[in-house]
Amino acid sequence: MPWPLSSAKLEAMTEENWTWQYDRVIPTDTSAGRRVLEEVLNKLKAEQWLQHDIFGVHLAMHEALVNAIMHGNRLDPDKRIFVRCLLSPDLVRIEIADEGEGFDPQCVPDPTDANHLELPTGRGVMLMKAFMTRVDFCDHGKRVVLEKRRATPPTNC
Amino acid sequence: MAGYRHLDVSEVGDVTVVRFRDRKIVEEIEIQEIGRELLDLVEVDGRQKLLLNFQAVEFLSSAALSQLIKLHKKIEGRGVLKLSNIRPDLFEVFKMTKLVRVFDIKDEEADALASF
Repeated sequence: MPWPLSSAKLEAMTEENWTWQYDRVIPTDTSAGRRVLEEVLNKLKAEQWLQHDIFGVHLAMHEALVNAIMHGNRLDPDKRIFVRCLLSPDLVRIEIADEGEGFDPQCVPDPTDANHLELPTGRGVMLMKAFMTRVDFCDHGKRVVLEKRRATPPTNC
Repeated sequence: MAGYRHLDVSEVGDVTVVRFRDRKIVEEIEIQEIGRELLDLVEVDGRQKLLLNFQAVEFLSSAALSQLIKLHKKIEGRGVLKLSNIRPDLFEVFKMTKLVRVFDIKDEEADALASF
């Protein structure tokens, strides 16, 4: 398994008081991806994260899993997907790695550019960045790290 | 087209109102089927005024957005497409992707119907 993380960029990330760790190695299969996604979302619900935060994590993790399955491993049943989720009281970190050939995230065109606005593809990475606090691609795009800082619930003082 | 697996289709005047049956539009096969059904409304049935009501939809992925863009491009120049009843979380997806500039989106179905 390609754990633990080797990237210097990731090691430089602020360490949190992780209270939950979840590791799964799944086949290149969307139904397996859906199950790990549901388990992570159920944990966030149990920890009473706000619905809006859960929506963002759902969207970003779904897009990252689809990228790993469809574009990374190209639906190759002999390849695996590695999923790790770390949870602290106010941060969730999700790492998803595939066994594909990788890609250069800098080469993904900006789908919000006027010239690309009506292109049917290319919004997955953009949505991850829009709904997560931090998104890093490592190992030539074969691993994505998603972080979401928990929103503070409104207080009635 | 006789029946739709993922869509409820009705007529209000000359506007075809389409409601989605799926709460979550994420599975690749379902997305392809929904895309095909939406295109059939235009290509097979020849409908020219389409209103997509998203009331039931809680979640959709970028692949689902792709199907909406394909429908927009198909109907462009020969008809009118409007969207309505998009929940706040989903509306944020349309805003972030700047698809609010591509689609004519109304808050409520009645607003959309009145604007055709």
